[in-house]
Amino acid sequence: MLGEKERKIVRALADGIPFVPRPYAALAEKAGMEEEEFLSRLKDLKTRGILRRVGAVLQHRRAGFSANALCIWNVPEGRLDGVGAAVSREPSVSHCYSRERAPEWPYNFYAMIHAHSREACESIADRISAENGLGERKTFYSVREWKKAAMRYFCEKQEI
Amino acid sequence: MLSEFDKAILNAVQGEFPLESRPFAVLAERLHTDETTLIARLTELKRDGYLRRLGAYFDSDALGYKGTLIALYVSPDKFASVIEAINRYDGITHNYEREGEYNLWFTLQTASESQRQIILDEIHGLPGVERMLELRSAKKYKVRVQFRLD
Repeated sequence: MLGEKERKIVRALADGIPFVPRPYAALAEKAGMEEEEFLSRLKDLKTRGILRRVGAVLQHRRAGFSANALCIWNVPEGRLDGVGAAVSREPSVSHCYSRERAPEWPYNFYAMIHAHSREACESIADRISAENGLGERKTFYSVREWKKAAMRYFCEKQEI
Repeated sequence: MLSEFDKAILNAVQGEFPLESRPFAVLAERLHTDETTLIARLTELKRDGYLRRLGAYFDSDALGYKGTLIALYVSPDKFASVIEAINRYDGITHNYEREGEYNLWFTLQTASESQRQIILDEIHGLPGVERMLELRSAKKYKVRVQFRLD
C-alpha cells in the first residue's frame, strides 16, 4: 500500500491543481516536501498505476452534452470482458462497469452515454445493443446533478 | 460561447496534464500561446462553469477504497431532505436524480466494509427511502471522462 509521504501527496491533491505557474511547488509545500520530490513520487505513483491521470474534467452539461443516460444490460458472464472492451471504445461512453446483480435486479453491465440530445443518446444505445447482441436495456436519464465531487482520500479522520 | 481557442484548451487539458515543474508553460507551447494567457483563460473557463476541476485522479481500488453504486426510490415529498442527508457524506461523490423506477443514484467509496454498511443502513432508514439497490462494482472497463469539443 502507500507510505505516509505518498498519502500526504494524495491528501495535498484533494483540492485539485491550482492555476499558478508552478502548481506542484505549491502542492509540495502543503505536503511538506520539495517540488522535486513531490514530482518524482507523483510520477512513480503514475507508473505504478495508482495515479490514473492528472487532467481536467469538464462541466459536460455546460459544454453542450445535455442528454446523459445510464444504460444497463444483463450480459452473460462469459461475454462480459469482450462486451466491456467493445463498449469502452465508444467515444460517447464515459464510464463502463460490470456490477454484481442484486436479488430483484438481474442486470450486471453499466455504461454512461453522453450526447447532445435524447434522440442521439437512444440511437447510440440501440446501436451498442445491436452490435454486441445485448438484450433488454434499462435506461435512466439524468434529470439533475445533486452532487459531483472528487473523492477526498485519506481525509476521514485526519489529525490536524 | 466557446471560441476555437477555448475548445482547443479544453480538449488539451482533458488529456494528460504534464508532470513537470511548469506544466502550464508546456501546455501553452502546444497550444501556440503563453503560460500567462493560458492560466488566465483557464481561470475564466472555470469561473464560467465549463471546467469543473483540474486534478489528480487515483485508482480508488489501489488506494484501498471499495466503490459501490446505490439506486434509491425516494418518495417525491421527501426528496429534498433525502438529498440533503446523502450529500453530507464525504464518500458519496456523485449523486444524480434520474427518471425511472429508481430516481436517485449515487456512488459511495469507503475504506472499510463496516463503514460502508453503517452509511448504507443510515440511508436506508431515512424517511422517504422506499427501495434501495446496492450494485457493487465488479470490474471497471472504462472510467476516463473525456468530452471532445469540435
